[in-house]
Amino acid sequence: MEDTIKTKRMSWGRRNAPAIATAGPVSFWMIVFVLLPMIYVVVISFMSRNVYGGIDFTFTLANYKEMMEPLYLKVIWKSFKLAVLTTVICLLLGYPLAYYIAGKPSATAAKLIMLVMIPYWTNSLVRLYSYNLLGATNGPINNFLLKIGAIEAPLDLLYSDGIVIVGLLTAMLPFSVLPLYTSIEKLDKSLLEASKDLGANAFTTFRKVTIPLTMPGIVGCILLVFIPSLGMYYVPEALGGGKVMLIGSLIRNQFLVTKNWPFGASLAILMILMTLIMMWIYTRVASLDDLEEVF
Amino acid sequence: MKDRVGRIERKKRSFNLKMTIFSLIVFAFIYLPIIVMIVFSFNDQKRNYYWKGFTFKWYEKLFTDSDLIQYLWISLAIAVLATIISVIIGTIGAFGLVRFEFKIKKLINGALYIPVVIPEVVLGIALLMLYETANMPLGMAAIVMAHVTFCIPFVVIIMRGRLAGMDQSIEEASMDLGANRLTTFMRVTLPMLVPGILSSCFMSFTLSIDDVIISNFVAGPKSTTLPVKILSLVKVGLSPEVNALATVMIAVLILGLLLNSLTQAILKKRAENNVKSYF
Repeated sequence: MEDTIKTKRMSWGRRNAPAIATAGPVSFWMIVFVLLPMIYVVVISFMSRNVYGGIDFTFTLANYKEMMEPLYLKVIWKSFKLAVLTTVICLLLGYPLAYYIAGKPSATAAKLIMLVMIPYWTNSLVRLYSYNLLGATNGPINNFLLKIGAIEAPLDLLYSDGIVIVGLLTAMLPFSVLPLYTSIEKLDKSLLEASKDLGANAFTTFRKVTIPLTMPGIVGCILLVFIPSLGMYYVPEALGGGKVMLIGSLIRNQFLVTKNWPFGASLAILMILMTLIMMWIYTRVASLDDLEEVF
Repeated sequence: MKDRVGRIERKKRSFNLKMTIFSLIVFAFIYLPIIVMIVFSFNDQKRNYYWKGFTFKWYEKLFTDSDLIQYLWISLAIAVLATIISVIIGTIGAFGLVRFEFKIKKLINGALYIPVVIPEVVLGIALLMLYETANMPLGMAAIVMAHVTFCIPFVVIIMRGRLAGMDQSIEEASMDLGANRLTTFMRVTLPMLVPGILSSCFMSFTLSIDDVIISNFVAGPKSTTLPVKILSLVKVGLSPEVNALATVMIAVLILGLLLNSLTQAILKKRAENNVKSYF
């Protein structure tokens, strides 16, 4: 009896040995470091905080109710608004740039893509801080405007939503150009000519042929810009002087400052839901594998 | 007819010109913060607020007595370790996920997308909760493991692409010639994957070295990476020394890229000459 079990187990083991040896470590890592913690976040979001800053393991919906308070709704709405604006501007700047690069011969295009990526390799916080220097009350922009007489008193350029959007753009722009470039580059140019031959003007061709065919890139860009924008708490911290509060900063504070894990977890769930909606939209227009081509 | 062609040609040219100008403006926007960063690394002021005067002293301080350098070393050590671990696990894992069927394959494939698509802050809190629940101390090891977690998916994605485009008959030939699976993987598959492995290393290293959000959660009070240190300094105002360090780092990177393309050009030319000498 014992023998048969042993041989059975051996044969299962031997049959699956290559799969276990290769996919085993990655599976283990993903389960322990991604799946289990994620499930834990979901569970904790339905718990409450006890007086010691620990977790009280009784089911409650209080965290989700707390989220509906005007104070938090305002933060959530503002993060959403800034992320949408950042994404739209990224598309408006990134699409023409990607289109321009895709029109170049491949060796030049590779160099230009490199030029887009290089700034990403400098510390993002130091780059962001540059805007603090540029926009300071006695910084170059204000000095210049004062000198030419365009303004009489220095403008308050910092600590505003506008500068946070500029900061998010600085951090995100390379990521919008890459997926757009990949899909524009794949575009079959003969289809554009066909459209032109059939009498469509440039704008109609762009709207009816180019845009639909590059839709995977556009949605990929939205995915890669919108979702991270929601969570980048260091951008408002470096530029908004902590005056602009985003959902990412709110979550950070629940974990590192006030120690209210359950409420922080429920805010994280809200973010995950937003992400899932975006992913769902993405799979409507393109397959997930298309996103892989970006990397 | 000729007139119409001329008009279209002119229109095309003016469109191209507009595109070039627009692209130049976007590039200017991308590079503006870098230029400001470099300029202010020469600023003669203790903390950067406005331009006071030109000095080299921050570069001198950087190479003689700097407390920033130690954070750079920590960051580099973490990035190297995280790169090695994630590239090994990710490369072998991609091979397993492409070539074999097993029960939880779908689950793992799904899990691999999570770190790529969710906001970093969510993964940060999830890992912090994992460490605290498992009573694991925060610090170097915790940061390395966190970085491995967000690097692996990118490695798998890159390697899966390479494996899919690879000619499997070469591996079959190796097995037909008597090599076992392991020998075939080590001596046939792996060498063919070298370009993919290199770009995986590059990707992991860049992701790790610039990470602020996730490291901030798991760094703990004692060991801090350079970006996390800079985040804590940003609130009080950055010293020009930080700018100097960032400038040196970008200079090293650009130099590396230039050297790389130069050696490749030389190798290509030499290869062409070699081919020519055969005839």
